[in-house]
Amino acid sequence: MAKIVVDVMLKPEILDPQGVAVSAALPRLGFTFAKSVRQGKRFEIEVDGDPTPAQLAEVEKAAEKLLANPVIETFTVRVEK
Amino acid sequence: MKVGVVTFPGTLDDRDAARAATHAGTTAVSLWHNDADLKGVDAVILPGGFSYGDYLRCGAISRFAPVMEKIIDAANGGMPLLGICNGFQVLCEAHLLPGALTRNHELHFLCRDQKLEITNNQTAWTTSYKVGQEIVIPLKNGEGSFQCDDATLAALEGEGRIIARYVGENPNGSRNKIAGITNERGNVVGLMPHPEHAIDALTGPTADGLAFFTSVLNAMVK
Repeated sequence: MAKIVVDVMLKPEILDPQGVAVSAALPRLGFTFAKSVRQGKRFEIEVDGDPTPAQLAEVEKAAEKLLANPVIETFTVRVEK
Repeated sequence: MKVGVVTFPGTLDDRDAARAATHAGTTAVSLWHNDADLKGVDAVILPGGFSYGDYLRCGAISRFAPVMEKIIDAANGGMPLLGICNGFQVLCEAHLLPGALTRNHELHFLCRDQKLEITNNQTAWTTSYKVGQEIVIPLKNGEGSFQCDDATLAALEGEGRIIARYVGENPNGSRNKIAGITNERGNVVGLMPHPEHAIDALTGPTADGLAFFTSVLNAMVK
């Protein structure tokens, strides 16, 4: 079943202390690949059948109003099969 | 004068806020998140706590509670409205105040007595203070770092809308050490530390917080 995925990230200029903490923990475990880490949120939304353009437009509105805070965050909406 | 104190599921500091309002000489009235009725109050306090478990973002779900619709309308009409800690987060989520409160920069939950400088005594909630006055009241939060874009920060600074700043080390990474701000009209105030926990020597580190609650009484009597 297809689902609608909303990814929410803090804007690049907003400090992300959780990402910084993860980024500091990685090399302590021997993982040295990360230049930086940002942590975000992912929402998985199930609908009946394949999402319609109208549903996606509604999800965009919901993301703008509730799922993300546009003052500090950006979001993307996509369909995942 | 009646001051409403809102209780959301997960609110912690409603009792202390009501006690502070009473101590200041006003009548505290309990408001329930699910009631779209302000019971004729003259001012409202959104107290601290973890409304709706801080799910999604702090204050993000509370902002859409039925009581908030009435409060937002009343505040836009000039009613004094004070948001403390979680209440401040609700005010930002409701866009009654600009910016947002994010995770403390060192990730720790802080709980300590904090020195502040009052930087605006022209709001409904700060007239009983002097500009430059230093006060000590408790600070207790995990997400108290005030963030906004450069243009908003410049506007807040330029219009004198920062009502209190942290003195000494910046406890949570707030831009320009902001502890509290007000809206353009001066009736809506958000404050991260807790004046309601510092209203008498018996229960608080000081009685420095009481003047927030006497200020609103003075604002209404005027």
